[in-house]
Amino acid sequence: MRRQYILTHLLSNKWLAYLLAAVFLICAMVIGISIGTVSVPISYIIKIIGQEAFRLPIRDQIDPMYTNIVMNIRLPRVILAGLIGASLAIAGAAFQGLLRNPLADPYTLGVSSGASVGAVVTLFFQISLPVIGLFTLPLLSIAASFVTIFVVLLFARKIDRSMKVETIILTGIIFSSFLGAFISLMIALTGDELRQIIGWLLGSVSMRGWDYINIMLPFFIIGSLLLLFSARELNAMSFGEEQAQHLGVNVQKRKMLVLSAGSILTGAAVAVSGTIGFVGLVIPHLIRILWGPDHKHLLPLSILIGGGFLILADLVSRTVIAPTELPIGVITALIGAPVFAAILVRKRGERR
Amino acid sequence: MTKLLSIGNVSGGYSGETVLHNIMFEVHKGELFGVLGPNGSGKTTLLKMMSGVMPYGHGKISIKGKEISAYTAKELAKIVAVLPQHSAQTFSYTVKETVSLGRYAHQRSWLQSWNTEDEEMVKKAMAQTGITAFQDHYLDELSGGERQRVFLAQALAQEPEILLLDEPTNHLDLSFQKELLDQLKHWTEERGLTVVSIFHDLNLAGLYCDRLLLLEKGQVNQIGTPIEVLREERITAVYHTSIEKLAHPAVPKPQIVLLPEETAQNRNNIEINEQYLTVNDDHIQLIAPKPLRTLSSGVTGAGFGWHHTFINRHVDQNYDCSDPVQEMKEYLGTHGFTGEETVGMMTAVNLNDASFQLYQEGEISVFIVVTAGTGNAVDATSSQRMSSKLAPGTINTWVFINGHLSEAAFVQAMVTATEAKVKALLDLEIRDPITGTIATGTSTDSLLIAAAQRGETIEYAGTITLLGNLVSKGIYECTTTSLKRYKKRHSL
Repeated sequence: MRRQYILTHLLSNKWLAYLLAAVFLICAMVIGISIGTVSVPISYIIKIIGQEAFRLPIRDQIDPMYTNIVMNIRLPRVILAGLIGASLAIAGAAFQGLLRNPLADPYTLGVSSGASVGAVVTLFFQISLPVIGLFTLPLLSIAASFVTIFVVLLFARKIDRSMKVETIILTGIIFSSFLGAFISLMIALTGDELRQIIGWLLGSVSMRGWDYINIMLPFFIIGSLLLLFSARELNAMSFGEEQAQHLGVNVQKRKMLVLSAGSILTGAAVAVSGTIGFVGLVIPHLIRILWGPDHKHLLPLSILIGGGFLILADLVSRTVIAPTELPIGVITALIGAPVFAAILVRKRGERR
Repeated sequence: MTKLLSIGNVSGGYSGETVLHNIMFEVHKGELFGVLGPNGSGKTTLLKMMSGVMPYGHGKISIKGKEISAYTAKELAKIVAVLPQHSAQTFSYTVKETVSLGRYAHQRSWLQSWNTEDEEMVKKAMAQTGITAFQDHYLDELSGGERQRVFLAQALAQEPEILLLDEPTNHLDLSFQKELLDQLKHWTEERGLTVVSIFHDLNLAGLYCDRLLLLEKGQVNQIGTPIEVLREERITAVYHTSIEKLAHPAVPKPQIVLLPEETAQNRNNIEINEQYLTVNDDHIQLIAPKPLRTLSSGVTGAGFGWHHTFINRHVDQNYDCSDPVQEMKEYLGTHGFTGEETVGMMTAVNLNDASFQLYQEGEISVFIVVTAGTGNAVDATSSQRMSSKLAPGTINTWVFINGHLSEAAFVQAMVTATEAKVKALLDLEIRDPITGTIATGTSTDSLLIAAAQRGETIEYAGTITLLGNLVSKGIYECTTTSLKRYKKRHSL
């Protein structure tokens, strides 16, 4: 009983929550960089990052091979995985708060299907736009996700002028199905690119390098800031849109803002890594159980834990049957689905 | 009085369907204003328009002289707070987190942190609604009534001037309903809070509201004080149901009661007659097959009520008890009757002198039971004796009427019965032993008028009505017979 009390007390302390989440993220990063076909000792990692990133005057000479592995392969991969995990988790948390549905996730609104269509079309038609070249795929993907969310919202507004949450979810599901069918159609018509498309659809963060981080980062920063600044409104909207308006929230404006920010984050994540499911569903849920539903803390904690989680998932995907890499989406689904099922069972048990 | 909220000729509703038509009224500062109407009459729609979450088609709703659409959501939230009927509860926030959201409109931006004023207001709101004790509990751990109070605290934390409520007593049990409304009333009086509330319960609305708005099919049926609005015919017409209006026993407000559909069995008339009556030395008892509507001055069951057992108990001439009501209840208890269902009277006369008879005329029948003695006969017009003490009555009269009596008929029957009794005393020349004048009764007479409230409705029972005739004739005859027996026994 006493231990239980201490545990709840520790968990309810918000600063401790941030500390634990930050430690989790850093540990995940260090482990993610360290483990692989070539193991890099942790002391080396610290020195290399100190030297390369912060230009610290460290005298020790480290094998350039390690430096190369850390700086050009593992670090960007870990950072990218972290950014994607963070984006999906915070977008998931925001969508769930906005739609008042703990089962909502960036995929419910058709955003990720839209992004996927953008990517698959790029791969299928081998599109390569001038100037941006390599970035054609991510940019078209983000563009497609944006177009999708606005078409979904336009459609929802057409049906129901007050744009009720239920209408948006239903519209999102309709669009998701339609776009999914479109992707299947293209896969069926594909010959050689089949493996490439399937591989992309299942998601991966391998061999993306710093370029992709550069693409991802601005979207991540903009999207996350917009959501972090909407934390109080999300709290109010959890009690229903009318209630939020009674409390003084400009619901229409804020809803568009949150949906846009969520789409930016999801679109960017899907664009660089393919479809990675369950992160946006499981991570916010877990944080809510541990530290409550207050979005002021839920959103930042989602960034930290979501990032760390995807780094570990990526680690598992590339080490479990090394040297072959599994698609990361397979790992998140394999971990996420049972965890989610367990949460659901526990929740139902509580209600009874 | 300053008008705070003004609804001017407002029409509107959901797309394609106009719910409200030309609604027009004003609410003043410090008023408790109730909105009534049957389901689908547009109450909630009206409230949504007033709270700014629903646009209206025509007309103008203004708060403090400024049209509602000219306010930003935040500005409006500082003036108007809403206690909704339902609130989505997807995630379990703690009580304090929920109440704190009420401060949203008062915080300028995300960067402006929670200040001491916010903290104070939240604490005050929680204290006022009595939820401070469970401020760290989760919402889903609370009962419906407690949750309702949490949302009320949230609304109060907004420091509103106008509070809009949609059926606030919905999930509350009786004591919380009263507590909430007492509290609201108090706030309107103490600090000029203006409350506009939808009510389902007409009686609660009538009890607490200063003015009421009755909506019917999206139109104003009536606006006014509870007494003006809660008229029997009006409510019957608007709600399409049969009701009856009564006076509240303690405050001058109307109360409305539902009348259940009469079943075939209930329509069957019952005639009270000798077969239900038993007389022995200790008491006369009449047990009716169904409860009867009664108006009486018995020791127990006095006033208006419903009773099915009637006891006239013999007590000693020198019966003296400081609390006859309690003593009578105990007596009834030991004889297997309940005080709540029994009209109990006392007399010192020999019960075998009782006179009873059934009188019939067409559909109407009256059964009369009288026990009479003149031990302490009094002339009411010249009596100067003062005693508040209850002594055993000497002329106890029961009148059982087979019919449906209005309240007026009950009182008229009482008057008629008394007049007939006085006439009997006069003709027998019973005198007040002190003044020597003709007595009008005895000092402790009791009367019971009971009706089955089935069958034919009888509006009047004055002396020249059919019922009045039966009653006066019956009382006169029975009283005379009983008095003669008394005289004979006492050889007067």
